[in-house]
Amino acid sequence: MIAPFFERLNKTAGLNFSPFYDAYDWGRLLEGMWISVELIACIIAVSLVIGVVGAGAQTSKSRVIRFLIAAYIEIFRNTPPIVQLLFFYFGLGAITPQVDMGGWYEPIIGSFGWAVIAIGIFGGSYNVEIFRSGIEAVPSTTTEAAESLGFSNFKIFVYITLPLAFRFCLPALTNNIISLAKTASLAYVIAVPEITYTLSSIWSDNVNVPEMMILLFAYYIILVAMIAKGMHLLEKRLALPGYGQ
Amino acid sequence: MSRSAAPQTDWTPDQPIIALKDVRKSFGHLEVLKGIDLHVMKGEVICIIGPSGSGKSTLIRTINGLTPVTAGSVKVEGQEVHDDKLDKLALRRKIGIVFQQYNLFPHRTVLQNVMMAPVLVLHENKREVEERARSLLAKVQLSGKEDAYPAQLSGGQQQRVAIARSLCMRPDVMLFDEVTAALDPEMVKEVLVTIKELAAEGMTCVLVTHEMGFAREVCDRVYFTDAGLIVESGPPKQVFGDPQDARTKEFLSKVL
Ligand SMILES: Nc1ncnc2c1ncn2[C@@H]1O[C@H](COP(=O)(O)OP(=O)(O)OP(=O)(O)O)[C@@H](O)[C@H]1O
Ligand SMILES: [Mg+2]
Repeated sequence: MIAPFFERLNKTAGLNFSPFYDAYDWGRLLEGMWISVELIACIIAVSLVIGVVGAGAQTSKSRVIRFLIAAYIEIFRNTPPIVQLLFFYFGLGAITPQVDMGGWYEPIIGSFGWAVIAIGIFGGSYNVEIFRSGIEAVPSTTTEAAESLGFSNFKIFVYITLPLAFRFCLPALTNNIISLAKTASLAYVIAVPEITYTLSSIWSDNVNVPEMMILLFAYYIILVAMIAKGMHLLEKRLALPGYGQ
Repeated sequence: MSRSAAPQTDWTPDQPIIALKDVRKSFGHLEVLKGIDLHVMKGEVICIIGPSGSGKSTLIRTINGLTPVTAGSVKVEGQEVHDDKLDKLALRRKIGIVFQQYNLFPHRTVLQNVMMAPVLVLHENKREVEERARSLLAKVQLSGKEDAYPAQLSGGQQQRVAIARSLCMRPDVMLFDEVTAALDPEMVKEVLVTIKELAAEGMTCVLVTHEMGFAREVCDRVYFTDAGLIVESGPPKQVFGDPQDARTKEFLSKVL
């Protein structure tokens, strides 16, 4: 077992990796990791939906829609994500309705929800631009061929433009997804019990800040490596045989 | 069969299947088509020839509504193409078009390229479409390539897939816009053979081409365009053998 090793390490070297021998801290660490992964997955999902819908809407004929999307991108790309998060949580959170939980009241959207919304919308503003550049890379001659075969604009977007645009923008998308995974740690400031928050409560209980910082770094390095690997596999899987060779 | 009822027109097959009347098209200040009259009967094969930039592509694209016209009328089976009320899908299932650059869907296999439109657009039975797609691919000599991706094929092979893809919609008319212009000489022939077979089967074809020998051999009528106008038209024997207009003579002396 690894527990005795870390216990000895604590006693002899004074390096206290409490989660590796203390069942309670171990439970907290796992919980924090799980919530962190959940949070990141939700944020990425929200940002992708916004990216696709926003990029699609940007091709709209309506000036109003195009203006609104441009304004959204400008605002969310040019302000710090932490300011956005605080705005959503404290600004909008204060005016959202509360639900009766049988005696006490809870906001309809909790801190986890606000973190997903705020950071998802932040990441979405980049994804709109990323998808847009992907869409622009799809040759108009290809969509014209689909048009000539009777495809409606919507079917062209779903079956031709989007699959090709997605492939073209995958490298940029990978970068943004990784950046979002890291930005998700900001949820710490509104007390979402994800990994950073969990480890900070462990280190304030055990006074083992450096050790827990090391764990935190290791967690993110491994997580980011896994995302990068996953995206790379996806890129390989979606590669068009013979294309661009 | 999921074919919807044909829109009401008084068109009968003894009238032109394609009829253009005084078609004009401007891009900004540039007038590219300056009053084109052209008609094609069912089963006819017509060729449009002319110098580069004379508006041949623009002309052929007005026939399936890809390029809107500025003035004039384009009728296909009696139906005005440039009418806001027109059912675009009904028009496009009737007309197939093949482009110079093939324009296959690079993320789909050859078979999927051919099957996509009938399945997704016409909602036809997938099995039936697949059967038809396979036999069309066999017809264009591409059996065995069903699962290849477009980028794995030669230009000539890709162009034949594009033809099969159009044919799978069972069109009444096929438009070809310089479909051999991007091909190496040895691949030109295989594509022309395919088109020749189609023509022989009675498919109505409108071809823009630089292959004068082919035009002479296959076409019922040749139209010569220059600077947005049809300068001369007639049976190939006459247009190639005894051109009347000075511009036709000059063009032919350069390309023949
Ligand atoms: N979408 C467009 N916008 C502006 N100008 C255009 C457009 N499409 C074509 N043109 C112009 O219209 C003219 C005719 O073009 P078109 O492509 O119809 O010629 P073409 O006879 O097919 O020539 P080629 O033999 O080189 O294919 C050209 O001067 C071209 O620059
Ligand atoms: Mg052309």
